[in-house]
Amino acid sequence: MGLLDKKFQDSNIIIVSLEKALNWARKSSIWYMQFGLACCAIEMMATAASRYDFDRFGIIPRSSPRQADVMIVAGTVTLKMATRIKRLYEQMAEPRYVISMGSCSNCGGPYWEHGYHVLKGVDRVVPVDVYVPGCPPRPEALLQGFLHLHDKIMKESLVEGIGSKPVVIHDKGGDDIQVKSAEETDEHKTAQIEFPQQDVARKKEGA
Amino acid sequence: MKTAEELHRILAEKFGEELFELKQDEPAAPWIIVKAEQIREVSKFLRDEPGLRFDSLMCLSGVHYPKENALGVTYHLFSTSEKHKLTLKVIMPEEDAHLPTVEQIWKTADWHEREAYDMFGIRFDGHPDPRRILCPDDWEGYPLRKDYRVQEFYRGMKVEY
Repeated sequence: MGLLDKKFQDSNIIIVSLEKALNWARKSSIWYMQFGLACCAIEMMATAASRYDFDRFGIIPRSSPRQADVMIVAGTVTLKMATRIKRLYEQMAEPRYVISMGSCSNCGGPYWEHGYHVLKGVDRVVPVDVYVPGCPPRPEALLQGFLHLHDKIMKESLVEGIGSKPVVIHDKGGDDIQVKSAEETDEHKTAQIEFPQQDVARKKEGA
Repeated sequence: MKTAEELHRILAEKFGEELFELKQDEPAAPWIIVKAEQIREVSKFLRDEPGLRFDSLMCLSGVHYPKENALGVTYHLFSTSEKHKLTLKVIMPEEDAHLPTVEQIWKTADWHEREAYDMFGIRFDGHPDPRRILCPDDWEGYPLRKDYRVQEFYRGMKVEY
């Protein structure tokens, strides 16, 4: 407990709203799902290793989506992988978050024009909470993304419709940080991954 | 160690002069053009014949020749005991591109032939597992053909930027 050690011997009381206490507890142990897809995964691993030490924020890797709070999409999302990402995201328990790490998963990155097999931004299949720019981002940038996620979690309310709405934070580097509520942006409207038969039917309709 | 010229002569004596064409004096190493239906017997002969012993298929790649309206397969062979190399080429019309597999002769060919099928749509008759290897199974078209146009949607996801 460090700082708080031996400070509570006289049954001291801390008064805090339940919402704040719960949000504080949630933000202090964000377990992330390992989703290393390309070179960004190397930076993600470096961030988790001793030099940058994710663990001091209570952030530890999990290999199962059912135990994870946040999915770090670290790398190039191919269309083949996008169907799996969608499935894994759906398997995560709510409340769940997505951090899009690096240019590829933000917008397709260097494959935006000629990468016929690359999804041009993971926000086309899952709602993204924090975009971390970079190619690949340095560990500090990913940590910054997590601090933004902390802010977002602390702003959430236990009671739906009361308090602050879910927000999408755009950190494009520097001081230019935009905070949008979910209603202001359509990024939460996600692409429907259909089965091939439905796809064929949709094409016949000329949509 | 044998040159491409000597290897061409050996093949011509064994299978008949008219079946093979030797291409020399090109910027690349010399190669021998083989008829599609012959490739399996020729490969087996090259692998097993004493003095040739091409025991390694270094690479098998598909090629698209848009001007000739043709598809091709290029085989790069190497002999670890005799230390010689050979390049074979098979060229087929684009609309009916199929040839016998060499998977049973060199195991290397298994995934390489699947890649050539995935990227160029060349079919390998007798291949034990003729699926796509890189693209999803329900992908449309063959991406490395020069006239390839990417599909607009894949399972509801927009492909273009």
